[in-house]
Amino acid sequence: MTPAMPTASARRIPWTFVLFLVAAAIPALGSRYYTFLATDIVIFAMFATSLNLLLGVTGLVPFGHAAYFGVGAYVCAIFMKDLGLPFLPAWLMGGLGGALFAAIFGFFCVRLTSVYFSMLTMAFAQIVWAICFKWNDVTGGEQGYPNVPMPSLAWMEWIPWIGGLRTDQKFFYLTLILAALSIAAMRRIVHSPFGRVLTTIRDNAERAQFIGINVRLYRLIVFTLAGGFAGLAGGLFGIFNRGVFPDFCYWPKSAEVLIMTILGGIHNFWGPSLGAALLILLNQYIVSYTEFWPFVLGLILLVLLFAFPGGVAGAVSALARRAFSFIAKG
Amino acid sequence: MSELLDPVFLLGQLRSGLTTAMFLFLIASGLSLIFGVLKIINFAHGSLYMIGAYIAWNMTLVLGRTSLGFLGAVVVASLGVAALGFLVERFLLRFMYRREELYQLLFTYALVLIFSDACKFIWGTQPHSVSRPPLLSGSFDLLGVRFPHYDIFIILLGPIIAFGFWVLLNRTSYGRIIRAAALDREMLGALGTNVSWLYTGMFVLASFLAGLSGALVSPIKSVVPGMDVEIIIEAFIVVVIGGLGSLWGTLLGSLIYGLTLAFGILIFPRFSIFAAFVIMAAVLIVRPWGLMGRPVK
Repeated sequence: MTPAMPTASARRIPWTFVLFLVAAAIPALGSRYYTFLATDIVIFAMFATSLNLLLGVTGLVPFGHAAYFGVGAYVCAIFMKDLGLPFLPAWLMGGLGGALFAAIFGFFCVRLTSVYFSMLTMAFAQIVWAICFKWNDVTGGEQGYPNVPMPSLAWMEWIPWIGGLRTDQKFFYLTLILAALSIAAMRRIVHSPFGRVLTTIRDNAERAQFIGINVRLYRLIVFTLAGGFAGLAGGLFGIFNRGVFPDFCYWPKSAEVLIMTILGGIHNFWGPSLGAALLILLNQYIVSYTEFWPFVLGLILLVLLFAFPGGVAGAVSALARRAFSFIAKG
Repeated sequence: MSELLDPVFLLGQLRSGLTTAMFLFLIASGLSLIFGVLKIINFAHGSLYMIGAYIAWNMTLVLGRTSLGFLGAVVVASLGVAALGFLVERFLLRFMYRREELYQLLFTYALVLIFSDACKFIWGTQPHSVSRPPLLSGSFDLLGVRFPHYDIFIILLGPIIAFGFWVLLNRTSYGRIIRAAALDREMLGALGTNVSWLYTGMFVLASFLAGLSGALVSPIKSVVPGMDVEIIIEAFIVVVIGGLGSLWGTLLGSLIYGLTLAFGILIFPRFSIFAAFVIMAAVLIVRPWGLMGRPVK
């Protein structure tokens, strides 16, 4: 489970920036479909990365992360539609909502470890789901909360080239920028001294406790942060989806984002993003052939579990390491 | 609120609560058994239950709508699902015991996905229904409340299964070995027991119970895609409340869940499912290992 160790030559290329540029070029292809897929991937990359703050970084297995995604989506949508707030404050409120719920639930969850932690996160997520499902006056209940307004994108008019694009393309750029900022913030957190403490807790919580780290407090803080970022992702997804539904909080959604994260690889910062891209693209590709997508996904999972325990990012980085060392040897 | 004091209404709710509870006990006992011994949270338990229901429906078409036909369908469904459990354990699950919990969860979730689509593929997506066996299709009235014979049969079956389990675990030499396996797998292996086959046996037994409960539920609920996901959550709530791995805890959890659902409707009509999750969360906060379970390291 050692993280990848890129050689000096590979490190000189600013991969993150290259990735951003590649993503930014997608609307230039002009296809509505590609832009749609790219927006979907960017939002889920953000959601899965937030999950990995807990999973790969801190070593906790949350089974109810969709709750905070859903809360963020509802809060952002309700603030925009019912209260008429502009997009940016509403979106931030969505993130705050996710963080607030995560802080409250997390207070109880971080007292437990291993499977009990997973189950309590799931129980809380199901409570959120049940509320969203039944509280017709606010969330629209079972029918969902439709017709979430599009953010005003008029300010983009003055930007050369982008100003003349379609709404879906403009929304993609908005999503890309906000997701890139969020992911950059998460990357900063992981590589900060705070993030290092989280890794220490993951590797040995007992020892971390012995050297004076307040393990529960650290876990609570990262749980809250992860909930906040999930809420931000949810806010974007509610708008992208043009509606928010109780399914956003239901437990299969939590499983889906877990699968994305593990598929990509939990021991690499970009693993979850890679997993989100892979899962969404695979889904689109396979659904065009057969309606039995879950069946194929199940088989993919089995192959992953038995053949690539480190996820795709783990397999790729192991391969890359071998290739680099091969080149270095000449 | 006058309903709260109406004995006829309360008795009716008690009947429906007990029926739900005993049904859930049938399915949750297998889930609890697998966790207690194999230390695995088996999401696919609900899928095995669904497959049992589909096989039972299919077999009643073959065997006819007689009591004997229904009995045959139940037997075939239970044994068929047990055989499927055998294949799953021997060829796949066996290799997952030493993996991290996360991967075990993911594995059983993969089975959920595969089985749910396999059922759609084999039996289609339209709902199916099974008629009650003629022998149990009647009902009687007690204090103005209708008691279908089938409900009574289920209410009686729960305690019988619980008692059977108790005898197996506490009064037989197999039971002693099973309890030892739950405590210390390595030591038991070192003492000469073939733990690998013991695990297979446990998984097959749990699958049998899942198939049995699926077959028995088919005359009450319609057999549809999605019944796997629905039941597994309910079974989870039950097992978590009672204590993972504890048989009596599972029985207690089933009763709490069934009665909460039945009487919760009186107090907050729209939020009874919500109440069940709140109880689950509360138990996890106060006693993470459940009301009657033991802490697991």
